[in-house]
Amino acid sequence: MTVPWKTEQAVQELLRLEGISVRLGGREILRDVSFTVGPGEFTGLIGPNGAGKTTLLRVILGLQPPTAGRVLLNGRPRPRRGGERLIGYVPQKLAIDPDMPLRARDVVSLGIDGNRLGFPLPSAARRELVDEALRAVEAERYADARVGELSGGEQQRVMIAHAVIARPRLLLLDEPLANLDLRSEQGIVAVLARLAREQRIGVLISAHDMNPLMAETSAVVYVAGGRAAAGRTGEVIRADVLTALYGSQVDVLRVQGRVIVVAGEAPQPGDPVGAGAVARPDGS
Amino acid sequence: MHYIFEPGLFSSGPVRTAVLVGTVVAVTSGVIGVLTVIRGQSFAGHSLADVATTGGAGAFLIGVNQFWGFLIAGVAGAAIMELIGVQRRRGRDVATGVVLGAALGAAALFLYLGTQTSSTTGASFTILFGSMFVISPDTVPALIASGIVALAVVAVLSRVLLLTSLGPDLAAARGVPVRAVGIAYLMALAVAVSLSAVAIGAVLSTALLIGPAATALRVTKRPGLAMAASALTGTAATWLGILLAYDSFYWSSSGRGWPVSFFVVALVLIAYLLSYARRPSRGRRAGRAAEARKVLVEG
Amino acid sequence: MFSSLMMNTWIAASIVAVIAGVTGFFAVLRGQSFAAHAIPNGAFAGAAGAGLLGLNVIWGLAVFALAGALGIGALGRRARQDVVTALVLVLMLGTGALFLSLSTEYAEVTYSLLFGEVFGVSPNVLVPIAVLGAVSVAAIAVIYRPLLLASALPEVADARGVSTRQMDLCFLIVMALATTMTVPVVGALLVFALMIGPAAAARSFTRRPGYAIAVATGIALVTVWAGIALSYRTNWPLGFYVGVIAAGFFLLGQAWTAVRRHGVRGRTPAAPVPADTC
Repeated sequence: MTVPWKTEQAVQELLRLEGISVRLGGREILRDVSFTVGPGEFTGLIGPNGAGKTTLLRVILGLQPPTAGRVLLNGRPRPRRGGERLIGYVPQKLAIDPDMPLRARDVVSLGIDGNRLGFPLPSAARRELVDEALRAVEAERYADARVGELSGGEQQRVMIAHAVIARPRLLLLDEPLANLDLRSEQGIVAVLARLAREQRIGVLISAHDMNPLMAETSAVVYVAGGRAAAGRTGEVIRADVLTALYGSQVDVLRVQGRVIVVAGEAPQPGDPVGAGAVARPDGS
Repeated sequence: MHYIFEPGLFSSGPVRTAVLVGTVVAVTSGVIGVLTVIRGQSFAGHSLADVATTGGAGAFLIGVNQFWGFLIAGVAGAAIMELIGVQRRRGRDVATGVVLGAALGAAALFLYLGTQTSSTTGASFTILFGSMFVISPDTVPALIASGIVALAVVAVLSRVLLLTSLGPDLAAARGVPVRAVGIAYLMALAVAVSLSAVAIGAVLSTALLIGPAATALRVTKRPGLAMAASALTGTAATWLGILLAYDSFYWSSSGRGWPVSFFVVALVLIAYLLSYARRPSRGRRAGRAAEARKVLVEG
Repeated sequence: MFSSLMMNTWIAASIVAVIAGVTGFFAVLRGQSFAAHAIPNGAFAGAAGAGLLGLNVIWGLAVFALAGALGIGALGRRARQDVVTALVLVLMLGTGALFLSLSTEYAEVTYSLLFGEVFGVSPNVLVPIAVLGAVSVAAIAVIYRPLLLASALPEVADARGVSTRQMDLCFLIVMALATTMTVPVVGALLVFALMIGPAAAARSFTRRPGYAIAVATGIALVTVWAGIALSYRTNWPLGFYVGVIAAGFFLLGQAWTAVRRHGVRGRTPAAPVPADTC
């Protein structure tokens, strides 16, 4: 007999990282990173290019062994290989050529059991599942189009459907907004937020510009200088916290509902969006 | 020593011709090959070789020296490939391969028809796999001239070609006629392939084009140095191949030798694998990449 | 044309066409069409070697094709794929040339190994071809899903627990097996045309992966059947017809794609949607 309150607590954290450090090619990419993601939480993984966001995602996926620390899924340590049922993953960009004979719905169908041996037999149940997933991401219109002929934003939606069709508990996205125009960005964020709410999925979405996510994120993991600060958005996106992370003077401005992070020195390539002595107000 | 340099080696006419032609071929292929590898167009080089096969077979059919067949077909193939846009868009290698595979089919036909009409046996073998010891001395001046022309074209264009390899848009922005330069390069490539086909056969010609170049590029990232190293490696492989092939006549009692092309190809691959014997540390490799970028961009 | 002598050829060619279609679909999907050029040449060397040693040619084909495939797989991870493939390809051919030059009757054997031979399908080659064919098809059926995932969506495959490395290896081995069967019939230099042409054409005609395999197989079958019939009638080499017909289908596919792209397809009619929103 399960005790209700105890179950609540145990399942509170879908994902917990404790003291994760990663060393690659002689360099320490990440040091002592800790944070949690719970069901229905929409968490932004923010940081400049090269900060280690992708590395962190790979650690969670089990593709990159950490040099220190541990990853807990649903309260239990992550097995070396496995955990795929729990975690859905949406990569940054697909290398798909336009001629590829694969429709959007075929890609989504692969999300059900693409990792199992054998070949799929078409069935009404399968078609129902795929249709439902496509509806959830608002992609029914182009379900039968070649996935290689879709726009960037459309492909993102298809990949999200692929990732969530098997009802994972956790959804990881690697820079999904990177090459999208403003309206597409907003569309994707809305879809993700709705999925998080309706299916009680924990969503961890990496980005170098936090502004498109501001409306929906409840928590932020900010990665810079190899370290991370995690907590509620208001707690983390503060001058003192970010200064400690970057190791140099950082100011945080809030202008017309947008957040701009300003570093004291001249901008370097790979600085987070909006950083630099000359602030760019639109955050792009 | 006697067993390495078998009797008659240095006084043999065919051997002298082979060494002369082999050197021209190795130098031309080696230099142009460096550009081919840098541009990631090994597949294009091989496809041109397929087309050259057709030309050689066609030449055989009408009784003309193979080299002209290789050359004309190579140039035509280069033009077709430029039309297909193999240099402009990615993923065109399938198109190129299929269309030129049809050319190979035509080669099959020409060879078949040729063997029906003439009685020369082993002609297929020569066209496909080369026979360095039976190059007729009359063609030597033409071979040398073609090699020099191709090398001259490449020498003039090498800087520009390297620039376009970094990115055609970058080059176009600097006012370089990317398309024209690309065509000139493909023509030079066609010549290199044809020469290589004469020496070691159309089907094997890729070895002298890609092998020494890839080996040289593993040793140095500076293009000029790589071209020199590539030419040197190719020449060494060719000379050694000729030597071994000549010696092989004495290895068995039947008096049949091993083909030169086999030795050349094997030596080229061995050289390439040897280049993996040295393993630079990560830091040095990263530094070399940065240096390469510096050299290519700023010269 | 349908005498008992020719029956072997019809059967062998049909089996070969099916395998070429199925394997070719994945080769084109994975962008490994160049390997489809290289591995058959390895097989060629093996066949020549087997002939030299007096063994059944299938053994030579299989061993060398596998060696070539594994060589490309192993070396390709440490070096540039295109360079390694090209060099391995050429070495195999050179070795084949060596073996042929050492044997006594090289002219005709060279020719048929490289360009195919309609009358060259001996009964002791037919059974191995059939067995290998069955094994290859079964293998593809078993790994179909993870192979499709690893080939089309490699970025996601690893995250989902499908090892792209394992799939690479599996596929290369299947390619080697497929090649072993195809070389005696179509010839080493034209295996590429039969594997890649129909598959490349098929993807122009259909959007569904399952259909694309079926169409590729169908086109391959038509190609070899027409090739055999024409080769029988004119005595011209089978490889010639295969090369030309395969290229023809491919060009047809390209033309169809060009026509198709001028219209808007695949979207259910709705209010017109501007292209840049998602």
